[in-house]
Amino acid sequence: MSGYWAGILSILAINIVFAYGIYLSVATGQLNLGGAGFQAVGAYAAAYLSEGFGLPVYVTIAASAAAAGIIGAVMAFPILRTRGVYLVLATFAFAEVVAGSILNSETLGGPTGMSVPDFIDWQVPVVAAILVSLFVFYLMSTRFGLAMRAVHDDETVSDLMGISIRATQVIAFSIGAALAGLAGGLYAHSFSFVEIQVFNALLSIYVLLYVLLGGTQTPWGPIVGAAFFTLLPEALRAFLPAIKEILVGLFGVTGDISNPDESWRFVILGALTILMMAIRPEGLVTRTMIERLTLRRGRTRPETEASA
Amino acid sequence: MSDAILELENVTMRFGGLTVINDVSFQVPRGGRTALIGPNGAGKTTIFNVVSGVYRQTDGVVRLNGAEISAVPSRRRIRLGMARSFQNIRLMPHLSVVENVMLGQQARTRGVLDMITPLARSSWQREAERLLDEMGLDSYPGEVVATLPYGIRKKIEVVRALAARPKLLLLDEPAAGLNPSETANLRDFLMGISARGVTLLVVEHDMGLVRSLCDHAVVLNFGSKIYDGPTAQVHDDPQVLEAYLGPGHAASKPHGVAGDAA
Repeated sequence: MSGYWAGILSILAINIVFAYGIYLSVATGQLNLGGAGFQAVGAYAAAYLSEGFGLPVYVTIAASAAAAGIIGAVMAFPILRTRGVYLVLATFAFAEVVAGSILNSETLGGPTGMSVPDFIDWQVPVVAAILVSLFVFYLMSTRFGLAMRAVHDDETVSDLMGISIRATQVIAFSIGAALAGLAGGLYAHSFSFVEIQVFNALLSIYVLLYVLLGGTQTPWGPIVGAAFFTLLPEALRAFLPAIKEILVGLFGVTGDISNPDESWRFVILGALTILMMAIRPEGLVTRTMIERLTLRRGRTRPETEASA
Repeated sequence: MSDAILELENVTMRFGGLTVINDVSFQVPRGGRTALIGPNGAGKTTIFNVVSGVYRQTDGVVRLNGAEISAVPSRRRIRLGMARSFQNIRLMPHLSVVENVMLGQQARTRGVLDMITPLARSSWQREAERLLDEMGLDSYPGEVVATLPYGIRKKIEVVRALAARPKLLLLDEPAAGLNPSETANLRDFLMGISARGVTLLVVEHDMGLVRSLCDHAVVLNFGSKIYDGPTAQVHDDPQVLEAYLGPGHAASKPHGVAGDAA
Protein backbone atom coordinates (compact mmCIF):
# COMPACT_ATOMS: atom_id res chain seq x y z
CA MET A 1 0.00 0.00 0.00
CA SER A 2 1.32 3.41 -0.92
CA GLY A 3 2.23 5.85 1.80
CA TYR A 4 -0.54 8.16 0.67
CA TRP A 5 -3.31 5.60 1.10
CA ALA A 6 -1.82 4.28 4.32
CA GLY A 7 -1.91 7.83 5.67
CA ILE A 8 -5.54 8.31 4.56
CA LEU A 9 -6.54 5.00 6.14
CA SER A 10 -4.83 5.88 9.42
CA ILE A 11 -6.47 9.28 9.63
CA LEU A 12 -9.85 7.80 8.69
CA ALA A 13 -9.56 5.18 11.44
CA ILE A 14 -8.44 7.79 13.97
CA ASN A 15 -11.31 10.08 12.97
CA ILE A 16 -13.82 7.25 13.44
CA VAL A 17 -12.52 6.55 16.96
CA PHE A 18 -12.54 10.29 17.68
CA ALA A 19 -16.07 10.69 16.30
CA TYR A 20 -17.35 7.88 18.53
CA GLY A 21 -15.87 9.69 21.51
CA ILE A 22 -17.99 12.74 20.77
CA TYR A 23 -20.96 10.64 19.65
CA LEU A 24 -21.39 9.10 23.11
CA SER A 25 -21.91 12.49 24.73
CA VAL A 26 -24.02 13.87 21.86
CA ALA A 27 -26.24 10.76 21.83
CA THR A 28 -26.93 11.45 25.53
CA GLY A 29 -28.01 14.98 24.66
CA GLN A 30 -24.81 16.90 25.39
CA LEU A 31 -23.11 18.82 22.61
CA ASN A 32 -19.39 18.46 23.17
CA LEU A 33 -17.18 21.05 21.54
CA GLY A 34 -14.14 20.03 23.55
CA GLY A 35 -13.05 17.15 21.35
CA ALA A 36 -9.65 18.59 20.51
CA GLY A 37 -8.92 19.02 24.23
CA PHE A 38 -9.52 15.35 25.00
CA GLN A 39 -7.62 14.24 21.93
CA ALA A 40 -4.71 16.49 22.93
CA VAL A 41 -4.65 14.96 26.43
CA GLY A 42 -4.45 11.49 24.87
CA ALA A 43 -1.85 12.45 22.29
CA TYR A 44 0.43 14.15 24.80
CA ALA A 45 0.00 11.36 27.36
CA ALA A 46 1.19 8.86 24.75
CA ALA A 47 3.99 11.14 23.55
CA TYR A 48 5.22 11.86 27.07
CA LEU A 49 5.21 8.23 28.20
CA SER A 50 6.83 7.07 24.97
CA GLU A 51 9.49 9.80 24.74
CA GLY A 52 10.17 10.23 28.45
CA PHE A 53 9.92 6.66 29.74
CA GLY A 54 10.32 4.53 26.63
CA LEU A 55 7.12 2.61 27.41
CA PRO A 56 5.83 0.25 24.70
CA VAL A 57 3.10 1.40 22.34
CA TYR A 58 0.27 -0.70 23.78
CA VAL A 59 0.92 0.82 27.22
CA THR A 60 1.11 4.42 25.98
CA ILE A 61 -2.06 4.06 23.91
CA ALA A 62 -3.96 2.48 26.81
CA ALA A 63 -2.66 5.29 29.02
CA SER A 64 -3.86 7.91 26.53
CA ALA A 65 -7.43 6.58 26.80
CA ALA A 66 -7.19 6.30 30.60
CA ALA A 67 -5.81 9.82 31.04
CA ALA A 68 -8.50 11.44 28.90
CA GLY A 69 -11.20 9.27 30.49
CA ILE A 70 -10.20 10.27 34.03
CA ILE A 71 -9.99 13.95 33.12
CA GLY A 72 -13.35 13.60 31.38
CA ALA A 73 -14.94 12.09 34.49
CA VAL A 74 -13.53 14.83 36.72
CA MET A 75 -14.59 17.56 34.29
CA ALA A 76 -18.04 16.02 33.76
CA PHE A 77 -19.36 17.10 37.15
CA PRO A 78 -18.91 20.86 36.76
CA ILE A 79 -19.33 20.88 32.96
CA LEU A 80 -22.56 18.89 32.83
CA ARG A 81 -24.24 21.30 35.22
CA THR A 82 -24.50 23.67 32.29
CA ARG A 83 -27.08 23.35 29.53
CA GLY A 84 -27.43 24.01 25.84
CA VAL A 85 -25.19 26.70 24.45
CA TYR A 86 -23.50 27.12 27.85
CA LEU A 87 -22.49 23.46 27.80
CA VAL A 88 -21.04 23.97 24.31
CA LEU A 89 -19.07 26.96 25.58
CA ALA A 90 -17.91 25.11 28.70
CA THR A 91 -16.56 22.16 26.72
CA PHE A 92 -14.97 24.58 24.26
CA ALA A 93 -13.33 26.45 27.13
CA PHE A 94 -12.03 23.16 28.50
CA ALA A 95 -10.24 22.47 25.20
CA GLU A 96 -8.73 25.97 25.31
CA VAL A 97 -7.48 25.36 28.87
CA VAL A 98 -5.81 22.13 27.74
CA ALA A 99 -4.22 23.82 24.71
CA GLY A 100 -3.02 26.77 26.78
CA SER A 101 -1.56 24.54 29.49
CA ILE A 102 0.36 22.41 27.00
CA LEU A 103 1.56 25.47 25.11
CA ASN A 104 3.07 26.79 28.33
CA SER A 105 4.53 23.50 29.52
CA GLU A 106 8.23 22.97 28.93
CA THR A 107 7.98 19.30 29.84
CA LEU A 108 5.55 18.82 26.97
CA GLY A 109 7.63 20.79 24.49
CA GLY A 110 5.53 23.95 24.53
CA PRO A 111 4.95 25.43 21.08
CA THR A 112 7.60 23.26 19.41
CA GLY A 113 5.81 19.99 20.16
CA MET A 114 7.21 16.55 20.89
CA SER A 115 8.46 13.74 18.74
CA VAL A 116 7.06 10.28 19.41
CA PRO A 117 9.61 7.45 19.06
CA ASP A 118 7.47 4.40 18.25
CA PHE A 119 5.76 4.51 14.87
CA ILE A 120 2.59 2.49 14.23
CA ASP A 121 1.46 1.61 10.72
CA TRP A 122 -2.13 1.93 9.48
CA GLN A 123 -3.10 -1.56 10.72
CA VAL A 124 -3.15 -0.49 14.38
CA PRO A 125 -5.60 2.43 14.01
CA VAL A 126 -7.79 0.34 11.70
CA VAL A 127 -8.02 -2.50 14.21
CA ALA A 128 -8.66 0.02 16.98
CA ALA A 129 -11.43 1.66 14.92
CA ILE A 130 -13.09 -1.72 14.31
CA LEU A 131 -12.92 -2.65 18.01
CA VAL A 132 -14.24 0.76 19.09
CA SER A 133 -17.08 0.54 16.58
CA LEU A 134 -18.05 -2.90 17.88
CA PHE A 135 -17.85 -1.61 21.45
CA VAL A 136 -20.14 1.36 20.73
CA PHE A 137 -22.65 -0.84 18.86
CA TYR A 138 -22.65 -3.16 21.86
CA LEU A 139 -23.01 -0.29 24.32
CA MET A 140 -25.96 1.20 22.42
CA SER A 141 -27.73 -2.17 22.38
CA THR A 142 -27.72 -2.44 26.18
CA ARG A 143 -30.16 -0.93 28.65
CA PHE A 144 -27.51 1.69 29.35
CA GLY A 145 -27.62 2.65 25.66
CA LEU A 146 -31.40 2.81 25.89
CA ALA A 147 -31.08 5.09 28.90
CA MET A 148 -28.64 7.32 26.97
CA ARG A 149 -31.08 7.74 24.09
CA ALA A 150 -33.96 8.32 26.50
CA VAL A 151 -32.03 11.06 28.33
CA HIS A 152 -31.30 12.61 24.95
CA ASP A 153 -35.00 12.67 24.03
CA ASP A 154 -36.70 13.70 27.30
CA GLU A 155 -34.97 14.21 30.64
CA THR A 156 -38.12 14.64 32.74
CA VAL A 157 -39.68 11.43 31.50
CA SER A 158 -36.39 9.52 31.81
CA ASP A 159 -36.13 10.67 35.42
CA LEU A 160 -39.69 9.57 36.19
CA MET A 161 -38.93 6.17 34.59
CA GLY A 162 -36.22 5.75 37.22
CA ILE A 163 -33.16 6.58 35.11
CA SER A 164 -30.40 8.49 36.88
CA ILE A 165 -29.84 11.38 34.45
CA ARG A 166 -26.61 12.47 36.11
CA ALA A 167 -25.00 9.02 36.20
CA THR A 168 -25.98 8.32 32.59
CA GLN A 169 -24.56 11.63 31.38
CA VAL A 170 -21.33 11.43 33.38
CA ILE A 171 -20.59 7.83 32.36
CA ALA A 172 -21.33 8.47 28.67
CA PHE A 173 -19.28 11.67 28.70
CA SER A 174 -16.31 9.95 30.39
CA ILE A 175 -16.28 6.93 28.09
CA GLY A 176 -16.50 9.37 25.19
CA ALA A 177 -13.55 11.36 26.57
CA ALA A 178 -11.54 8.12 26.85
CA LEU A 179 -12.26 7.30 23.20
CA ALA A 180 -11.23 10.80 22.11
CA GLY A 181 -8.04 10.31 24.14
CA LEU A 182 -7.48 6.95 22.47
CA ALA A 183 -7.79 8.68 19.10
CA GLY A 184 -5.09 11.10 20.33
CA GLY A 185 -2.78 8.26 21.34
CA LEU A 186 -3.22 6.63 17.94
CA TYR A 187 -2.57 9.96 16.28
CA ALA A 188 0.67 10.54 18.20
CA HIS A 189 2.12 7.19 17.18
CA SER A 190 0.82 7.32 13.61
CA PHE A 191 2.35 10.69 12.84
CA SER A 192 5.40 10.39 15.15
CA PHE A 193 5.00 14.00 16.23
CA VAL A 194 2.55 16.03 18.29
CA GLU A 195 2.18 19.79 18.34
CA ILE A 196 -0.59 21.57 20.15
CA GLN A 197 -1.52 23.77 17.15
CA VAL A 198 -3.05 20.69 15.52
CA PHE A 199 -5.54 20.27 18.36
CA ASN A 200 -7.32 23.54 17.72
CA ALA A 201 -10.92 24.73 17.77
CA LEU A 202 -11.42 23.78 14.13
CA LEU A 203 -10.68 20.14 14.99
CA SER A 204 -13.36 20.21 17.72
CA ILE A 205 -15.82 21.69 15.27
CA TYR A 206 -15.00 19.13 12.60
CA VAL A 207 -15.44 16.13 14.85
CA LEU A 208 -18.77 17.49 16.08
CA LEU A 209 -19.76 17.93 12.43
CA TYR A 210 -18.87 14.29 11.68
CA VAL A 211 -21.25 13.25 14.42
CA LEU A 212 -24.10 15.67 13.76
CA LEU A 213 -24.07 15.29 9.98
CA GLY A 214 -23.51 11.55 10.16
CA GLY A 215 -26.55 11.29 12.43
CA THR A 216 -26.84 10.70 16.16
CA GLN A 217 -29.78 8.30 16.19
CA THR A 218 -27.76 5.18 15.40
CA PRO A 219 -24.10 4.19 15.87
CA TRP A 220 -23.75 4.11 12.07
CA GLY A 221 -23.79 7.90 11.98
CA PRO A 222 -20.23 8.60 13.21
CA ILE A 223 -18.68 6.07 10.79
CA VAL A 224 -20.54 7.56 7.85
CA GLY A 225 -19.88 11.14 8.98
CA ALA A 226 -16.17 10.57 9.64
CA ALA A 227 -15.75 8.68 6.35
CA PHE A 228 -17.62 11.35 4.40
CA PHE A 229 -15.63 14.26 5.77
CA THR A 230 -12.26 12.49 5.73
CA LEU A 231 -12.57 11.12 2.22
CA LEU A 232 -14.42 14.05 0.61
CA PRO A 233 -11.47 16.47 0.77
CA GLU A 234 -9.28 13.75 -0.76
CA ALA A 235 -11.84 13.09 -3.48
CA LEU A 236 -12.04 16.81 -4.12
CA ARG A 237 -8.30 16.91 -4.45
CA ALA A 238 -8.63 14.42 -7.31
CA PHE A 239 -11.66 16.04 -8.93
CA LEU A 240 -10.76 19.70 -8.51
CA PRO A 241 -9.13 20.01 -11.92
CA ALA A 242 -12.31 18.59 -13.49
CA ILE A 243 -14.49 20.98 -11.46
CA LYS A 244 -12.31 23.81 -12.68
CA GLU A 245 -12.93 22.69 -16.25
CA ILE A 246 -16.71 22.77 -15.64
CA LEU A 247 -16.48 26.25 -14.13
CA VAL A 248 -14.54 27.42 -17.15
CA GLY A 249 -17.19 25.92 -19.41
CA LEU A 250 -20.09 27.41 -17.47
CA PHE A 251 -18.89 30.92 -16.91
CA GLY A 252 -16.37 31.19 -19.68
CA VAL A 253 -13.67 32.07 -17.23
CA THR A 254 -10.43 31.58 -18.98
CA GLY A 255 -8.07 33.27 -16.61
CA ASP A 256 -6.44 31.79 -13.59
CA ILE A 257 -9.27 30.85 -11.15
CA SER A 258 -6.86 29.38 -8.71
CA ASN A 259 -4.64 26.40 -8.42
CA PRO A 260 -6.48 23.36 -7.04
CA ASP A 261 -5.33 24.09 -3.53
CA GLU A 262 -6.58 23.59 0.02
CA SER A 263 -8.71 26.73 0.17
CA TRP A 264 -10.95 25.68 -2.74
CA ARG A 265 -11.55 22.27 -1.24
CA PHE A 266 -12.83 23.85 1.94
CA VAL A 267 -15.14 26.17 0.03
CA ILE A 268 -16.81 23.13 -1.50
CA LEU A 269 -16.75 21.25 1.81
CA GLY A 270 -18.48 24.18 3.51
CA ALA A 271 -21.12 24.41 0.79
CA LEU A 272 -21.80 20.66 1.03
CA THR A 273 -22.11 20.92 4.80
CA ILE A 274 -24.78 23.60 4.52
CA LEU A 275 -26.56 21.58 1.83
CA MET A 276 -26.61 18.47 4.01
CA MET A 277 -27.93 20.37 7.01
CA ALA A 278 -30.75 21.71 4.85
CA ILE A 279 -31.63 18.38 3.24
CA ARG A 280 -31.03 15.99 6.14
CA PRO A 281 -31.14 17.94 9.39
CA GLU A 282 -31.22 14.74 11.46
CA GLY A 283 -28.03 13.45 9.84
CA LEU A 284 -27.15 11.21 6.92
CA VAL A 285 -28.11 8.01 8.73
CA THR A 286 -31.42 8.06 10.61
CA ARG A 287 -33.21 5.45 12.64
CA THR A 288 -36.08 5.20 10.16
CA MET A 289 -33.60 4.66 7.35
CA ILE A 290 -31.97 1.71 9.15
CA GLU A 291 -35.44 0.44 10.07
CA ARG A 292 -36.55 0.53 6.43
CA LEU A 293 -33.43 -1.28 5.28
CA THR A 294 -33.76 -4.06 7.85
CA LEU A 295 -37.51 -4.42 7.29
CA ARG A 296 -36.96 -4.86 3.58
CA ARG A 297 -34.34 -7.48 4.26
CA GLY A 298 -36.16 -9.35 7.01
CA ARG A 299 -39.81 -9.66 7.83
CA THR A 300 -42.36 -7.51 6.06
CA ARG A 301 -44.83 -5.35 7.92
CA PRO A 302 -48.12 -6.99 8.85
CA GLU A 303 -50.06 -4.17 7.14
CA THR A 304 -48.27 -4.58 3.84
CA GLU A 305 -48.85 -8.31 4.02
CA ALA A 306 -52.54 -7.73 4.49
CA SER A 307 -52.80 -5.29 1.62
CA ALA A 308 -50.69 -7.40 -0.72
CA MET B 1 -62.29 4.90 52.35
CA SER B 2 -60.02 3.46 54.96
CA ASP B 3 -57.78 1.72 52.43
CA ALA B 4 -56.33 4.54 50.37
CA ILE B 5 -53.36 3.82 48.06
CA LEU B 6 -52.75 7.55 47.64
CA GLU B 7 -53.62 10.29 50.05
CA LEU B 8 -53.20 14.04 49.78
CA GLU B 9 -53.53 16.01 52.98
CA ASN B 10 -53.80 19.82 52.90
CA VAL B 11 -51.57 20.07 49.86
CA THR B 12 -50.78 23.60 48.69
CA MET B 13 -48.62 24.50 45.71
CA ARG B 14 -47.53 28.07 45.10
CA PHE B 15 -45.39 29.40 42.29
CA GLY B 16 -44.18 32.74 43.61
CA GLY B 17 -47.36 34.58 44.50
CA LEU B 18 -49.60 32.33 42.44
CA THR B 19 -51.45 29.64 44.37
CA VAL B 20 -52.15 26.80 41.94
CA ILE B 21 -53.34 24.23 44.47
CA ASN B 22 -54.99 25.49 47.62
CA ASP B 23 -55.22 23.21 50.64
CA VAL B 24 -56.45 20.15 48.76
CA SER B 25 -57.08 16.84 50.53
CA PHE B 26 -58.45 13.66 49.00
CA GLN B 27 -57.91 9.94 48.96
CA VAL B 28 -57.62 7.49 46.09
CA PRO B 29 -59.15 4.17 47.14
CA ARG B 30 -57.05 1.09 46.39
CA GLY B 31 -58.21 -0.86 43.35
CA GLY B 32 -60.67 1.87 42.30
CA ARG B 33 -60.91 4.16 39.31
CA THR B 34 -60.79 7.76 40.43
CA ALA B 35 -61.28 10.74 38.12
CA LEU B 36 -59.65 14.10 38.80
CA ILE B 37 -61.65 16.67 36.89
CA GLY B 38 -62.17 20.40 36.65
CA PRO B 39 -62.04 23.27 34.19
CA ASN B 40 -58.76 24.17 32.49
CA GLY B 41 -56.28 25.66 34.91
CA ALA B 42 -57.90 24.03 37.94
CA GLY B 43 -54.59 22.46 39.00
CA LYS B 44 -55.11 18.85 37.92
CA THR B 45 -51.80 18.40 36.12
CA THR B 46 -50.02 20.25 38.92
CA ILE B 47 -51.38 17.65 41.36
CA PHE B 48 -49.99 14.92 39.09
CA ASN B 49 -46.64 16.70 39.07
CA VAL B 50 -46.64 16.96 42.86
CA VAL B 51 -47.60 13.30 43.27
CA SER B 52 -44.99 12.08 40.78
CA GLY B 53 -42.33 14.37 42.25
CA VAL B 54 -41.75 16.76 39.34
CA TYR B 55 -42.72 19.55 41.76
CA ARG B 56 -42.30 19.62 45.50
CA GLN B 57 -45.45 20.93 47.17
CA THR B 58 -45.21 24.17 49.13
CA ASP B 59 -47.17 22.69 51.99
CA GLY B 60 -49.01 19.52 52.96
CA VAL B 61 -48.44 15.78 52.89
CA VAL B 62 -48.59 13.19 50.12
CA ARG B 63 -48.82 9.55 51.25
CA LEU B 64 -48.43 6.46 49.13
CA ASN B 65 -49.54 3.24 50.84
CA GLY B 66 -49.68 5.24 54.05
CA ALA B 67 -46.05 6.42 53.88
CA GLU B 68 -45.11 10.07 53.37
CA ILE B 69 -43.25 10.38 50.04
CA SER B 70 -42.49 14.11 49.83
CA ALA B 71 -38.79 13.53 50.48
CA VAL B 72 -38.50 10.75 47.89
CA PRO B 73 -36.86 12.04 44.69
CA SER B 74 -38.97 11.77 41.53
CA ARG B 75 -36.63 9.15 40.07
CA ARG B 76 -37.27 6.75 42.95
CA ARG B 77 -41.04 7.11 43.14
CA ILE B 78 -41.69 4.70 40.28
CA ARG B 79 -40.01 2.01 42.38
CA LEU B 80 -42.66 2.57 45.03
CA GLY B 81 -45.29 1.33 42.58
CA MET B 82 -46.51 4.50 40.89
CA ALA B 83 -46.27 5.26 37.17
CA ARG B 84 -47.80 7.98 35.03
CA SER B 85 -48.60 9.09 31.51
CA PHE B 86 -48.50 12.66 30.22
CA GLN B 87 -50.99 15.16 28.86
CA ASN B 88 -49.07 15.53 25.62
CA ILE B 89 -47.63 12.23 24.49
CA ARG B 90 -44.10 12.00 25.76
CA LEU B 91 -42.83 8.83 24.20
CA MET B 92 -39.27 8.85 22.91
CA PRO B 93 -39.90 9.58 19.21
CA HIS B 94 -36.75 7.92 17.87
CA LEU B 95 -37.09 4.72 19.82
CA SER B 96 -39.14 1.79 18.62
CA VAL B 97 -42.37 0.82 20.35
CA VAL B 98 -40.80 -2.08 22.19
CA GLU B 99 -37.83 0.07 23.27
CA ASN B 100 -40.23 2.62 24.72
CA VAL B 101 -41.97 -0.13 26.65
CA MET B 102 -38.62 -1.48 27.86
CA LEU B 103 -37.90 2.00 29.19
CA GLY B 104 -40.86 1.47 31.51
CA GLN B 105 -39.12 -1.60 32.95
CA GLN B 106 -36.16 0.52 34.11
CA ALA B 107 -37.43 0.77 37.68
CA ARG B 108 -37.42 -3.02 37.96
CA THR B 109 -33.75 -3.44 37.02
CA ARG B 110 -31.24 -4.43 39.65
CA GLY B 111 -27.60 -3.45 39.49
CA VAL B 112 -25.03 -2.90 36.78
CA LEU B 113 -25.42 -6.28 35.07
CA ASP B 114 -28.97 -5.41 33.99
CA MET B 115 -27.63 -2.18 32.48
CA ILE B 116 -24.86 -3.76 30.39
CA THR B 117 -26.67 -6.81 29.01
CA PRO B 118 -27.81 -6.37 25.39
CA LEU B 119 -31.58 -6.00 25.18
CA ALA B 120 -32.17 -7.62 21.79
CA ARG B 121 -33.86 -11.01 22.27
CA SER B 122 -33.49 -10.66 26.05
CA SER B 123 -36.13 -11.71 28.56
CA TRP B 124 -36.87 -7.99 29.02
CA GLN B 125 -37.69 -7.66 25.35
CA ARG B 126 -39.83 -10.82 25.29
CA GLU B 127 -41.73 -9.53 28.31
CA ALA B 128 -42.32 -6.13 26.66
CA GLU B 129 -43.55 -7.80 23.48
CA ARG B 130 -45.86 -10.03 25.50
CA LEU B 131 -47.29 -6.99 27.29
CA LEU B 132 -47.89 -5.22 23.95
CA ASP B 133 -49.51 -8.40 22.71
CA GLU B 134 -51.84 -8.60 25.73
CA MET B 135 -52.81 -4.98 25.19
CA GLY B 136 -53.63 -5.57 21.53
CA LEU B 137 -50.62 -3.67 20.16
CA ASP B 138 -48.76 -6.66 18.78
CA SER B 139 -48.58 -5.24 15.23
CA TYR B 140 -46.12 -2.52 16.07
CA PRO B 141 -43.18 -3.60 18.33
CA GLY B 142 -40.30 -2.85 15.93
CA GLU B 143 -41.65 0.40 14.53
CA VAL B 144 -40.31 3.81 15.37
CA VAL B 145 -42.88 5.65 17.48
CA ALA B 146 -42.81 8.90 15.47
CA THR B 147 -44.42 7.17 12.49
CA LEU B 148 -47.47 5.77 14.34
CA PRO B 149 -51.00 7.23 14.60
CA TYR B 150 -51.90 9.41 17.57
CA GLY B 151 -54.38 7.00 19.16
CA ILE B 152 -51.87 4.15 19.07
CA ARG B 153 -49.16 6.33 20.61
CA LYS B 154 -51.52 7.28 23.44
CA LYS B 155 -51.99 3.60 24.25
CA ILE B 156 -48.28 2.83 23.99
CA GLU B 157 -47.62 5.50 26.58
CA VAL B 158 -49.99 3.71 28.96
CA VAL B 159 -48.32 0.37 28.20
CA ARG B 160 -44.91 1.93 28.92
CA ALA B 161 -46.18 2.96 32.35
CA LEU B 162 -47.63 -0.53 32.87
CA ALA B 163 -44.23 -2.10 32.13
CA ALA B 164 -43.11 -0.76 35.52
CA ARG B 165 -45.83 -2.99 37.06
CA PRO B 166 -47.32 -0.13 39.03
CA LYS B 167 -50.00 -0.48 41.70
CA LEU B 168 -51.14 3.06 40.96
CA LEU B 169 -51.38 4.45 37.45
CA LEU B 170 -51.76 8.20 36.90
CA LEU B 171 -53.18 9.04 33.48
CA ASP B 172 -53.19 12.65 32.32
CA GLU B 173 -55.96 13.15 29.74
CA PRO B 174 -55.69 9.75 28.08
CA ALA B 175 -58.60 10.51 25.70
CA ALA B 176 -57.50 13.99 24.61
CA GLY B 177 -57.47 14.19 20.82
CA LEU B 178 -59.13 10.81 20.32
CA ASN B 179 -62.28 10.33 18.24
CA PRO B 180 -65.38 8.65 19.82
CA SER B 181 -64.57 5.14 18.62
CA GLU B 182 -60.94 5.46 19.77
CA THR B 183 -62.23 6.72 23.13
CA ALA B 184 -64.57 3.75 23.51
CA ASN B 185 -61.68 1.48 22.65
CA LEU B 186 -59.48 3.25 25.23
CA ARG B 187 -62.17 2.82 27.88
CA ASP B 188 -62.18 -0.97 27.39
CA PHE B 189 -58.39 -0.92 27.41
CA LEU B 190 -58.31 0.95 30.75
CA MET B 191 -61.03 -1.29 32.22
CA GLY B 192 -58.79 -4.23 31.35
CA ILE B 193 -55.90 -2.61 33.22
CA SER B 194 -58.16 -1.93 36.20
CA ALA B 195 -59.23 -5.59 36.16
CA ARG B 196 -55.57 -6.52 36.68
CA GLY B 197 -55.79 -4.83 40.06
CA VAL B 198 -54.14 -1.54 39.11
CA THR B 199 -55.60 1.54 40.77
CA LEU B 200 -56.34 4.31 38.27
CA LEU B 201 -56.25 8.05 38.86
CA VAL B 202 -57.37 9.77 35.68
CA VAL B 203 -57.37 13.43 34.70
CA GLU B 204 -59.92 13.71 31.93
CA HIS B 205 -62.16 16.28 30.24
CA ASP B 206 -64.31 13.79 28.35
CA MET B 207 -67.21 13.44 30.82
CA GLY B 208 -68.63 10.50 28.89
CA LEU B 209 -65.41 8.60 29.51
CA VAL B 210 -65.27 9.72 33.13
CA ARG B 211 -68.82 8.50 33.81
CA SER B 212 -68.34 5.15 32.09
CA LEU B 213 -64.85 4.48 33.45
CA CYS B 214 -64.58 5.97 36.92
CA ASP B 215 -66.48 5.16 40.10
CA HIS B 216 -65.10 8.05 42.13
CA ALA B 217 -64.54 11.67 41.17
CA VAL B 218 -62.66 14.59 42.70
CA VAL B 219 -63.47 17.98 41.18
CA LEU B 220 -61.10 20.93 41.38
CA ASN B 221 -61.76 24.55 40.55
CA PHE B 222 -59.15 27.31 40.79
CA GLY B 223 -56.92 25.02 42.82
CA SER B 224 -59.54 24.08 45.43
CA LYS B 225 -61.51 20.89 45.83
CA ILE B 226 -65.22 21.44 45.24
CA TYR B 227 -66.49 17.86 45.01
CA ASP B 228 -65.36 14.46 46.24
CA GLY B 229 -67.69 11.51 45.81
CA PRO B 230 -69.31 9.02 43.46
CA THR B 231 -69.10 9.87 39.74
CA ALA B 232 -72.81 9.23 39.33
CA GLN B 233 -73.76 12.29 41.40
CA VAL B 234 -71.17 14.73 40.17
CA HIS B 235 -73.64 16.44 37.82
CA ASP B 236 -76.09 17.13 40.59
CA ASP B 237 -73.62 19.14 42.60
CA PRO B 238 -74.43 22.88 42.41
CA GLN B 239 -70.80 23.95 42.95
CA VAL B 240 -69.61 21.74 40.08
CA LEU B 241 -72.29 23.12 37.76
CA GLU B 242 -71.35 26.65 38.69
CA ALA B 243 -67.67 25.95 38.06
CA TYR B 244 -68.31 24.59 34.60
CA LEU B 245 -71.21 26.75 33.43
CA GLY B 246 -71.01 29.87 35.56
CA PRO B 247 -73.56 31.16 38.09
CA GLY B 248 -77.18 31.18 36.96
CA HIS B 249 -76.86 28.00 34.97
CA ALA B 250 -76.73 25.96 38.12
CA ALA B 251 -80.51 25.52 38.10
CA SER B 252 -80.78 23.88 34.69
CA LYS B 253 -79.20 20.46 34.64
CA PRO B 254 -76.92 20.09 31.62
CA HIS B 255 -76.31 16.90 29.71
CA GLY B 256 -72.77 15.71 29.13
CA VAL B 257 -70.87 18.68 30.47
CA ALA B 258 -67.48 18.77 28.83
CA GLY B 259 -64.93 20.99 30.48
CA ASP B 260 -63.25 21.97 27.24
CA ALA B 261 -66.51 23.11 25.70
CA ALA B 262 -67.64 24.99 28.78
